Amino acid sequence: MTAHLLTELTIFILAVFVGMEVISKVPTTLHTPLMSATNAIHGIVLVGAILVAGTLGAPFNAIVGFVLVLLASLNVFGGYTVTERMLQMFRPKAQAPKTPADGAR
Amino acid sequence: MSAADTTPANWIDVAYLITAICFIFGLRYLSSPKTARLGNRISALGMAIAVGATLTQGIVNWWVILSALIVGAIIGIVSAQRVKMTAMPQMVALFNGAGGGAAALVAAGELLKVFNAGGVPTYDVSFTSVLSAVIGAISFAGSIIAFLKLQELMTGRPITYPGQQIVNAFIALVILVCWGLVVANVPNSLEYFWIALVASFALGILFVLPIGGADMPVVISLLNSFTGLAAASTGFVLGNNVLIVAGALVGASGTLLTVLMGKAMNRSVTNVLFGAFGAVKTVAGGAAAKQQNVRAVSADDVAAMLTYANQVIVVPGYGMAVAQAQHSIRELADQLEKKGVEVKYAIHPVAGRMPGHMNVLLAEANVPYTSLYDMDDINPEFERSDVALVVGANDVTNPAAREDKTSPIYGMPILNVDKANNVVVLKRSMNSGFAGIDNPLFDDPKTVMLFGDAKKSIDGVVAGVKAL
Repeated sequence: MTAHLLTELTIFILAVFVGMEVISKVPTTLHTPLMSATNAIHGIVLVGAILVAGTLGAPFNAIVGFVLVLLASLNVFGGYTVTERMLQMFRPKAQAPKTPADGAR
Repeated sequence: MSAADTTPANWIDVAYLITAICFIFGLRYLSSPKTARLGNRISALGMAIAVGATLTQGIVNWWVILSALIVGAIIGIVSAQRVKMTAMPQMVALFNGAGGGAAALVAAGELLKVFNAGGVPTYDVSFTSVLSAVIGAISFAGSIIAFLKLQELMTGRPITYPGQQIVNAFIALVILVCWGLVVANVPNSLEYFWIALVASFALGILFVLPIGGADMPVVISLLNSFTGLAAASTGFVLGNNVLIVAGALVGASGTLLTVLMGKAMNRSVTNVLFGAFGAVKTVAGGAAAKQQNVRAVSADDVAAMLTYANQVIVVPGYGMAVAQAQHSIRELADQLEKKGVEVKYAIHPVAGRMPGHMNVLLAEANVPYTSLYDMDDINPEFERSDVALVVGANDVTNPAAREDKTSPIYGMPILNVDKANNVVVLKRSMNSGFAGIDNPLFDDPKTVMLFGDAKKSIDGVVAGVKAL
């Protein structure tokens, strides 16, 4: 094991603890958005995808590179959009807009 | 890095650090529905910073990257906009699979690059790139199967065959051996890498096949955690800290949710993943037949019961999602509240097909989240309630989990709907629930059944309440 790997492992372990700490405070109501939000976050693999695809040599560059970035990009954009859509539906009582049924009264 | 390291920091690493901070704050703000949207935007901002910074890093084939980026963005955004809220679990599964597949390919690409350059990968790189490829491919294949099951393109029932675990164990062994060979850098080690990748793909498929639809909340959380770990592992391959941090956050979150879901079913995670074999036998052996004391009533009867109640607790389950009944339920609650009836919602942690599934659907129907109650908070309330209205939920209300030691779900925490003065169960038919277990609740003299599609039934009840 290199010293570099050890440093990275340290970062990893500490990040796991931060993750546990932060996630344990998320209420049950928001568990689906949480899944979706973390789903979007692991789209960070897009960074790796760009780094690898951007410099990949022949003969794989075009095909692998394209698929690679496409998958990661799907993950990022889809993930954030879905999360945003879900979260805008969560409202406390006071702000709940009138439904058509109420308006028709 | 030693203390004597005086190399100036690369600005791109500073950008990645900012991204990591954005992700942590983004998740931190998810602790309240009030700040959650802001959190998601901070997280998205972090992502934009990281991707933007990465695009400045000596890219040679721009057209490939940009076209893939744009096509992915269009497909992702359009499908995310169009998908119905009831189809959310499969959407999340799909995006998750995409991330896992990308992680596997990143690892493959990096390894290829080293070999193409005629070099030998260091042990660190070869070990972690196989790790990313294995976890990523399992997550990719598993998510696709989960998607197919949730979308009902294939049966949601567990698919089992003799020797299943032996086959899985054999594949796992093949993966481990290939992994070892790649790390040992034997001649043609790249071929072993591909074998490991394909074997992991197969393992991902085979491991989700025997898991039933009702256990999907556990599987989806677990696959989410896998993709996170795969991303972290690619971070090790590329020596990229932001991938490591983000992957660790997601891995932690997915693991936490998986354990939470397992607890809510009183089953260990291993039992959920490998326990289908026992459960299938109970389904075949036990069977509906017995229950004959059920009382079927009309929508108008239910309307009368509800209108003259003081407090009603709605218990939604997967049946509500299937019938898309959440808007009708909200309308019913509005009508009842107009007549002075208090309406609350009881949410079981594993109701539906993903963690918090019911909360999202009810939020879509503009039910304020302050009316939704967790199991522990609402259970004491049932005794004080006149009617418990069970909409397409079965196993999470089954008193056998509390009383019958021979029941397969014995010990699973349930919503105590049988403690309410009256119970109304909305169900499509008398078929047993997903787990295929008899529900003594239906035999209870306090219980009446309203058969039919949940949405149509509720609409009928709404009409009845309005007429009263």
